[in-house]
Amino acid sequence: MNYQFDFASLLPYWKEFALGVWLTLQLSVISTVIGFVLGTLCAIGRADGGPWLRGIIATYVEVIRNTPLLVQVFLVYFGIATLGVHVSANMAAVVALVVNVGAYTCEIVRAGLQSIHKAQLEAAECLGLSRKQTYWHVIIRPAIERVYPALTSQYVLLMLASSITSQISAEELTAVANRIQSDTFRSFETYIVVGVLYLLLSFVVRIALWLLGLGLFVRRRKLGTAL
Amino acid sequence: MPSFSFVHLEFLAWAAMWTAGLSVIAFLGGGLLGFLVALARVSSSGALRTAAAVYIQIVQGTPLLVLLFLIYFGIAILGFDQVPAIIAAAAGLIIYSSGFLGEIWRGCIESVPKTQWEAAECLALSRWQRMLKVILPQALRIATPPTVGFLVQIVKNTSLASVVGFVELSQAGKLINNSIFEPFTVFIVVAVFYFAMCFPLSLWSRNLERKLNVIHR
Repeated sequence: MNYQFDFASLLPYWKEFALGVWLTLQLSVISTVIGFVLGTLCAIGRADGGPWLRGIIATYVEVIRNTPLLVQVFLVYFGIATLGVHVSANMAAVVALVVNVGAYTCEIVRAGLQSIHKAQLEAAECLGLSRKQTYWHVIIRPAIERVYPALTSQYVLLMLASSITSQISAEELTAVANRIQSDTFRSFETYIVVGVLYLLLSFVVRIALWLLGLGLFVRRRKLGTAL
Repeated sequence: MPSFSFVHLEFLAWAAMWTAGLSVIAFLGGGLLGFLVALARVSSSGALRTAAAVYIQIVQGTPLLVLLFLIYFGIAILGFDQVPAIIAAAAGLIIYSSGFLGEIWRGCIESVPKTQWEAAECLALSRWQRMLKVILPQALRIATPPTVGFLVQIVKNTSLASVVGFVELSQAGKLINNSIFEPFTVFIVVAVFYFAMCFPLSLWSRNLERKLNVIHR
């Protein structure tokens, strides 16, 4: 192997790499937050809704979980354009990621909802809690607390999967890398740098979500159980 | 401009075969490598355990897309310029699957009750005998549902092989769309193909989970 590694020629691009990291973080945080809300609502609908709503949500979850994100991204990006609405690649990327992660969140949160014991609901009734109060204090919060580790892994995977949106030229780290490598012809080095950046990002996101969990679920921390 | 026709459907069906083929390669290769990774993760040597942990962290912490680019350009650097796309695609997917399967199987091996290890030790079995005759047969039962479930991930992720120029289902969809520009029809059909491959696997995995139901036994 006579290859000369040349990372120095990538140095002038450090600002672009940093921008790519920032854009990827933005993209994933926005999709995570909206996807979490969507997924949780779907989980509640699937547990508590009428047969029609349950059927629609179940179909949505199965279709999304059994088709590749890449195809979903294409469908959203080109599909919206066919409807005559022009949206930016970034907007399409967010929509596709939200639709995607919403389905996974729904399944995870549903598992959490199912893990709430019936006796808890009876206890809530005995205490005279309203339906809303019961939902918030007895069902949703403990359920999410219980599945929080699974959600964390899912959102780290979402951050990594956001790289796929580079295929419709949404602005994020991988898209930035594609541009840099065609500028510098230093493809291998570029993707090594990008790989390391994603690795760091996934550690940072994991730690951030862990800290968020510590802050959100104070009760559990006091009990000293594993998060 | 021609519209979506039977010829296109035939092309997609042909490409779906490549998706299936690539999935099988990725599963077999990734399974073999992943098994070694799982064994290394539970080995008695600390260095081996750490090495396997680092490998898993790296594979799980970088997007498959970047992994594929790295391998594609890495192979070119090693001096093999005319490597067929399938080699790069297969190598990337094998590494990806090995990282995830390794971690899944480690969990399964470790979820075999500790008393089983101790009992095997009392019978004076060697470490290899304990592993092969006592632990792995039990771990296999636990591992089957999540492994089938992961097959769905493999099938879906072969769609990324298009970035190294491998013509599978997604790439075929892109090619057809470039010529007739009916993105909605084309990608819906592509999605239906993927769904037809993945959904039975999902159902199978769920069935196995219920049937083997090892955890709640």
